[in-house]
Amino acid sequence: MSTLVKPYGDTLDDGAMQLSFTLPIEWSEAADEAARQLVAKMGFEEVAVAEGRRIASGFSFFVVYARTPVSADVSAISAPSVKTHAMSMEEIDAFIRERVRRKIRVAGACIGTDAHTVGIDAILNMKGYNGDYGLERYKEFEAFNLGSQVSVEELVRFTRDHSIDALLASQVVTQKGSDITNFTALGELLEAEGLRDRVILICGGPRVTNLLAAELGFDAGFGRGTLPSEVAAFIAHRMADRRAA
Amino acid sequence: MELRIDHAVVARARSLATAIVEPVAAFIGAHSTVSVERAVLRLLGVDGVGRDDIPLPNAVLDRLDARSRSGGVARWIGRAVAESGEAPATLAPRIAAGELDLEDLKDVPDDAARGALAAHIAAGLARVATRRGERDHLLTRLPQSAPPLLYVIVASGNIYEDRAAAVAAAEAGAQVIAVIRSTGQSLLDFVPYGATTEGYGGTYATQENFRIMREALDAVSERLGRYVMLTNYASGLCMPEIAAMAALERLDMLLNDSMYGILFRDINMKRTFVDQHFSRMLNGYAGIIINTGEDNYLTTADAVEQAPAVLASQFINEEFAHRAGLPDEQIGLGDAYEIDPRLEDGFLYSVAQAQLARQLFPHAPLKYMPPTKHMTGDIFKGQLIDAMFNLTSVMTKQTIHLCGMLTEAIHTPFLGDRALSLENARYVMTTARHLGDEITWKEDGIVERRAQSVLSGAVDLLERVAEMGLMHAIEARSFADVSRPPDGGRGFDGVFARSADYWNPFEEALRQAHAEKALAR
Repeated sequence: MSTLVKPYGDTLDDGAMQLSFTLPIEWSEAADEAARQLVAKMGFEEVAVAEGRRIASGFSFFVVYARTPVSADVSAISAPSVKTHAMSMEEIDAFIRERVRRKIRVAGACIGTDAHTVGIDAILNMKGYNGDYGLERYKEFEAFNLGSQVSVEELVRFTRDHSIDALLASQVVTQKGSDITNFTALGELLEAEGLRDRVILICGGPRVTNLLAAELGFDAGFGRGTLPSEVAAFIAHRMADRRAA
Repeated sequence: MELRIDHAVVARARSLATAIVEPVAAFIGAHSTVSVERAVLRLLGVDGVGRDDIPLPNAVLDRLDARSRSGGVARWIGRAVAESGEAPATLAPRIAAGELDLEDLKDVPDDAARGALAAHIAAGLARVATRRGERDHLLTRLPQSAPPLLYVIVASGNIYEDRAAAVAAAEAGAQVIAVIRSTGQSLLDFVPYGATTEGYGGTYATQENFRIMREALDAVSERLGRYVMLTNYASGLCMPEIAAMAALERLDMLLNDSMYGILFRDINMKRTFVDQHFSRMLNGYAGIIINTGEDNYLTTADAVEQAPAVLASQFINEEFAHRAGLPDEQIGLGDAYEIDPRLEDGFLYSVAQAQLARQLFPHAPLKYMPPTKHMTGDIFKGQLIDAMFNLTSVMTKQTIHLCGMLTEAIHTPFLGDRALSLENARYVMTTARHLGDEITWKEDGIVERRAQSVLSGAVDLLERVAEMGLMHAIEARSFADVSRPPDGGRGFDGVFARSADYWNPFEEALRQAHAEKALAR
């Protein structure tokens, strides 16, 4: 059964949406009209330029409301969630003792030139994030936080030398697709070194989704707002599955 | 809207900061670094690149072995000038290429070397003084709008795109433009050369990029009738060199913290302490306002818990800065609005901290950083949090205000994001301009108690640090919950002990200029 869905303004299926953007032209009435036409060309209907103004010489900013005629079929979409196992730190530790029966070795780093450790620190450091303790605090994880600007080569070497079970690669800087380039390089090098099947490979960052992770050949991807226990639970379950297999 | 604070506690904090910095200052006085020496070369006019694009300051210094280096690079250049009669800039490519061996000149007498270099030292200082004079003149002719000075960041990776964004931001009300550096640059032990168009998360700091941006901002300053300031980063492994370049190209502010690189970039602490000192001496002479990085304590840990660490670090930064000859008016101590928006009375705590800093450092151009940690993809909420940050800043009279971006959590700012952010700040700061003057804080109320507890927490931390010594305290995780050993981290191999006859003519001159100024006061 298909479930078609459209944006909702104040009436079912009205398709109402808001858009805002900048055009590299001086503001004028013609600029407003250019904004309207652009949005109309995207297929929107009843396009109304609610606001158009100059924000700098040669630049104008617009807020536009419009209705879309298109819809999406939600029932035909599969976006696997990695956050299915809501568990506390104690539950996860107990689960690992029972189902994995050894400590899990986890390493994490900000790869490439990225120096923004806020994501990896939130997941690994004792303190954790938002009241949820980081992996260092777990009894059944041995966590290594390699910090920032770790090259893909270094991380792979560390993985091999320390028999790492799960690898967390973080990328906060996403300019010009550098995050994708680095994640891809990591996956490829692990593959080349014959380590890919031995580790649970996880990526994280504000723009990361689990869908993106799947496309990159990673086991999971965690985005903004992820709690350490969500990552911990995923790793614990995946380790248990591997042990059972 | 003064908060009641115990001045005896404040005096205690300052005397602890003095006690903490004293032994480090002794270390600094006995050492130099490769980056300090390269800054000396730059001030003597050495610039450009040689073979394999190696910057000439690096290539020249690499020609000296450790023993020769320990006396300072200036004497060697002085000898070469004395022998050849040529300028350091002309000699450098030949030294770099190995055509001229400095070690062959070891018998040139000291007096001759010093005498020969005198004109070049004077010329370097004069270039810096001229740029400072230009700024003073421009600020009189093209006065800035009242603080908080609205500060925005450009970070495209391409200096020419940055230039367009900077000009647009200035037109939209920005008074300070910072060019964020490419993410890897803090760990490079050289400064790249020339105009650059490739960078990740930012644009390389090069002298040519500085010049390009300064020129564009000067033009827009004239057009707008107000001086637009330029900021970059004297941090990482090349602090002193960046400070020298910034002095030569009339940058107005530099991020320049005494501990940031140690804690957050794993740069060796000894390297950082020595480098920050000389870079701050240069900044003092060049009239450049430093911005310290205390906001980083808050982005990596809980902002309520870390407030005393911020204040303790401000006292330490202030002490290091004073020792380098920086007057209060050039010490832009940092803080940030990072308290969890869900926390009840979080706004009151933020106001308390900001007001406390204002009272404790009354002449410092405080740098207030925007919320980043609790910003999400919800740009509407983000704009609202930024508005509360803007209100705090204008209420507590912060001086340098880094405008928060509604898209903080999503991407490096779009041109339109910057305009919306500046509009937000201008609106809040106009509509609430004199709010701070109208407020009297409730005696022993939430705000006052919070300020007092932050202050006493800072003193406790300073007591512990003073007892351990700063270097060991850093190793023992006293700051940012990070441990760094005194001899670990990047750049340690570039630190060396000064020989008995060590000579850094710029340090000598700047110290003298500072002493004369102090005497005149």
